[in-house]
Amino acid sequence: MSQTKIAISNLSHRFEIDGREVLALADISLEVADGEFVAIIGPSGCGKSTLLNIISGLFAPSTGRVTVDGRPVTGLNPRIGYMFARDALLPWRTALANVEFGLELRGGAVRERRERARELLRVAGLQGFEASYPSQLSQGMRQRVALARTLAIDPDIVLMDEPFGALDAQTKLVLEDEFLRIWERHRKTVVFVTHDLFEAIAMADRVVVFGAHPGRIKSIVGVDLPRPRSVTGGRFGPRFQDLYERLWEDLRYEVVRGAPEPRDGGG
Amino acid sequence: MSHPRARWGAQARTNVWRLGLLVLGAGAWEAATRFGVVNAFWVSSPSRIVVDLVKRIVGGEVFFHIAVTLYEAFLGFVLGAAVGIAAGFLLARSEELARVLDPFVTALNSLPRVALAPLFILWFGIGLTSKVVLAFSLVVFILLVNTYAGATNVDQDLVIIARLLGASRRQLTMKIILPSSIPWIFAGLRLGLAYALIGAVVGEVIVATAGLGFQISHAAGVFNTTGVMSSLIILMVIATLLNEVMKVAEAKLLRWRPKIPGA
Repeated sequence: MSQTKIAISNLSHRFEIDGREVLALADISLEVADGEFVAIIGPSGCGKSTLLNIISGLFAPSTGRVTVDGRPVTGLNPRIGYMFARDALLPWRTALANVEFGLELRGGAVRERRERARELLRVAGLQGFEASYPSQLSQGMRQRVALARTLAIDPDIVLMDEPFGALDAQTKLVLEDEFLRIWERHRKTVVFVTHDLFEAIAMADRVVVFGAHPGRIKSIVGVDLPRPRSVTGGRFGPRFQDLYERLWEDLRYEVVRGAPEPRDGGG
Repeated sequence: MSHPRARWGAQARTNVWRLGLLVLGAGAWEAATRFGVVNAFWVSSPSRIVVDLVKRIVGGEVFFHIAVTLYEAFLGFVLGAAVGIAAGFLLARSEELARVLDPFVTALNSLPRVALAPLFILWFGIGLTSKVVLAFSLVVFILLVNTYAGATNVDQDLVIIARLLGASRRQLTMKIILPSSIPWIFAGLRLGLAYALIGAVVGEVIVATAGLGFQISHAAGVFNTTGVMSSLIILMVIATLLNEVMKVAEAKLLRWRPKIPGA
């Protein structure tokens, strides 16, 4: 693999909840290579979302170090795109104006950013819906707009927090496939948090299994399935099955151990 | 979307019902006065009111009084809305200022401000100014409270996304907080418009030399219930029209909001 894009070393994070200190992340060390697609999977409350928030620079970890391109993260990084399970579209803006939003904040020329937004909406399969407001779109379409908005700023790194988690099963498969297609063309660095083991194996180069209470890395498994992939295509092959069983073994233990789960503020 | 013809039919039926109800009410009122159930001297009657309305409209003088009332209400509304919206955003920006001023705002807001009318008349005279100030005092708090609520109840996901995409503090205010508050401000404006009219009319009823409130007070003073009633009808029509204008403006500016069926 090529050079290191994101380096996390000995990272721990504590939250204070009702005056009680809770350890959300314990001693996380992880390196993500440039152009790598890493999926993080784990039970609820294992601090997966917290880790993404820290990488994005939304807040600093209690201890430990995160570097992006070798430089320590000290605040929000304009080269990082972040996508949530909630679409978080501005309801008063049309689909096109939502995709444009990031470029507009950065002061891009109106004509160029509009053209780029239009192109991204087309790539996301929303040609003809440029003038629609979020309230007029289905959940799947809104998430497509959110994806286009994330990609519009041409980020080096894309952080995704269960981006397809709120969609129905069929829409989810379609969007996963489309995202894979887009990603395989541009090969951005992706850190993808999910609950869905199928999704993790089908899309990622490596799957990181998290344990909960406190959140920590339990195992890291490389996915050596050939690319280009299709989310549904390789699902029933023997290699996929092997990986699935191996990862499920690790994950199942954590899920069972973690239930019933107290909330710890992390996702 | 339901079938346009079915919708049109339903609308027609609603209108027939409304008209029927109006005719029934007015007819009962008219009959009650004709057959001596109640004395028309106290309650007037629809036929008398219609005759009076026609007479006043043909006479033309009523338009002067309508203009006076609308002018007072308009000035009070515009000034009150401008100050209220600005103050609401100011308080939303400074948490400390909002905390300090909270009890004062609450106290002033819970004071029934029409009770201030006599004081305003002493201070500002019996002319236009006292009515404008009364309307202003009603409108300003409505807009302040609504704007503040709108500016402090912004969806935090939107704020985070804007920050992640690189928004400055100024951009956050202009592109997230301001547009998020628009529906709240509009709710305040609609309410404020009705209250501006109340302020102007109440001021006129107490003491004035012109305006619909003055005409009501004058007619009541000489036991002319028909005159009072026809002025009330004019006020009702004006208030309804103003509300419709606001609704159209709101629909234009808030196109992005999900359509509520039947609204």
